[in-house]
Amino acid sequence: MNDWKTLAPVLLESVGETIYMVAVSLAISGVVGLVIGAALYATRPGNLFANRVVFSVMNVVINVVRPIPFIIFLTAVAPVTRAVAGTTLGTEAAIVPITIMASVVIARVVEQNLVAVDAGTVEAARAVGAKRVSVLFGVVIPEALAPLILGYTFMFIAVVDMSAMAGYIGGGGLGNFAIIYGYQQFNAGATWITVAIIVVIVQSGQLLGNWLAQRVLRR
Amino acid sequence: MPAVIEFDDVTKSFASDRRSAPTVAVDDVTLRVNTGSIVGVIGYSGAGKSTLVRLINGLEHPTSGTVNVLGVDVGRASESELRGLRGRVGMIFQQFNLFNSRTVRANVAYPLKVAGWKKADRDRRVDELLRFVGISDKANQYPRRLSGGQKQRVGIARAIATDPEILLADEATSALDPQTTAEVLDLLREVNRRLGITIVVITHQISIVHELCDEVVVMDGGRVVDSGDTYRVFAHPRADLTRRFVAAVTQGVPSGDVLTSLAAGGGTLLSVEINEFTSEDVSAVFHRHGARHSVVYGGVTDVLGRQIGTLTYRVRVDGAADAAAGSATDAAIDRIVAELAAHTEVHRPEAAVKKEVAS
Ligand SMILES: Nc1ncnc2c1ncn2[C@@H]1O[C@H](COP(=O)(O)OP(=O)(O)OP(=O)(O)O)[C@@H](O)[C@H]1O
Ligand SMILES: [Mg+2]
Repeated sequence: MNDWKTLAPVLLESVGETIYMVAVSLAISGVVGLVIGAALYATRPGNLFANRVVFSVMNVVINVVRPIPFIIFLTAVAPVTRAVAGTTLGTEAAIVPITIMASVVIARVVEQNLVAVDAGTVEAARAVGAKRVSVLFGVVIPEALAPLILGYTFMFIAVVDMSAMAGYIGGGGLGNFAIIYGYQQFNAGATWITVAIIVVIVQSGQLLGNWLAQRVLRR
Repeated sequence: MPAVIEFDDVTKSFASDRRSAPTVAVDDVTLRVNTGSIVGVIGYSGAGKSTLVRLINGLEHPTSGTVNVLGVDVGRASESELRGLRGRVGMIFQQFNLFNSRTVRANVAYPLKVAGWKKADRDRRVDELLRFVGISDKANQYPRRLSGGQKQRVGIARAIATDPEILLADEATSALDPQTTAEVLDLLREVNRRLGITIVVITHQISIVHELCDEVVVMDGGRVVDSGDTYRVFAHPRADLTRRFVAAVTQGVPSGDVLTSLAAGGGTLLSVEINEFTSEDVSAVFHRHGARHSVVYGGVTDVLGRQIGTLTYRVRVDGAADAAAGSATDAAIDRIVAELAAHTEVHRPEAAVKKEVAS
């Protein structure tokens, strides 16, 4: 059994790894998901850049990828992971599948929030002579800002969850820590402290997101 | 007067699903809108009013025919030509359609930004516009905090920001109470008179056309069934729909239970259409024939300062209280009807059929 003197630095390092994984994959998938989501919204029949083919292709790809259980997805995209990160083990490697899955889910979240934007607002911007791209990024997305912030908050939590699962297959971070020290070495203390830290991370993210969304909504 | 908007045989249909036939929203419409006028487009829900107006700024493209606005062939214009045209055609909406994520000031500045104005010029212009519509004090508020009337003022300021030549108003007052509606109509009149902007107003409220519009286009099932000078259209309707619109405000000729109870009151009922031939003129005719008369039903309304409507009179010719004197009375009534009919339309509702004497 390890005592806390030796465990503490490992735990600290794991926390750092988790934050790193979550930050990097959320940053990349946040942007990629926003672009795909905006494209999905815009190419929908009747919308700004209506294009049935492009819309259907993206729609089908997302519908195929999204329901795959993440633990299976991790191994399924291993070849991609190896091609990008050079390995399938460790923190860097975990970022690849997390980013792909998160992009897909964020795309859907973004699309749903943009679809909810009042069509009249879009029409008003078009009636003024604005370019379609600037209607999309200058009007539609700002109009959906509050729900988008809440959507990203939700995704932050989902990504923390994914990062823990990635730990299962050697991805590093808190998930890895909980498995090695908590589960395999029957150290309930290690498990619980991991749980507590994750709760704190998730809660902080949730509070920040709610606060930001409230600020936007209040106007 | 030169036309700023010209429709020639314009049809717009929407393909619904593959099975059913396409919806024809605008059906073979030809019309002209003159520079500086206020034109009302009136019709029931689904008549194609919004589609007609959206064809003007290219939000819809004609399926066939040509739409020419300010010299631009809207159906054939490129996307960038259309954007240029939209800078010269403002639009306001029933639901205001303001940008909730922007302040009042930023809403009004948006079209200027799109048109590439410099910041300092934009600020100056926005101040001027907010003063014109009377909401300078709300400049830094967000639209959610405004009342409906204030929102529409912002909508109007935004729509006229780039000093367009045409303003399109799609049911711009339908979400407002009567007092606020009157204020917004005053503002639109000012936009027309002071800024010389041609206005196309969509509405299903005939009173708005009466108060505001020089000309009117009556639509039914995608077709223009009547159009022209507002007073002419309503005083001398050419379509049943126009007649129904007029009757909705002035009650028209009595029928059914109303007629039955009116008929029970005795005398002879005469329904007279009031137009250039006013209610004073009608009374004068009755006096000349020594007929006692009183208005028992109907109404008149004011169209740009002139009367239109239908009034139903109970007419008694002396001695007519006695049923035996029936034929003498009939002759007197016939003379009255003949004289009135020389000037306007007269109906004898009790006869159940319209008795119109050709003039
Ligand atoms: N984008 C569209 N796709 C399919 N059908 C449409 C579309 N826009 C309008 N229509 C149809 O065209 C017809 C005319 O619609 P429009 O909105 O022009 O009527 P309207 O006179 O403005 O009615 P309302 O008073 O209810 O606003 C309706 O039958 C409507 O369903
Ligand atoms: Mg409409």
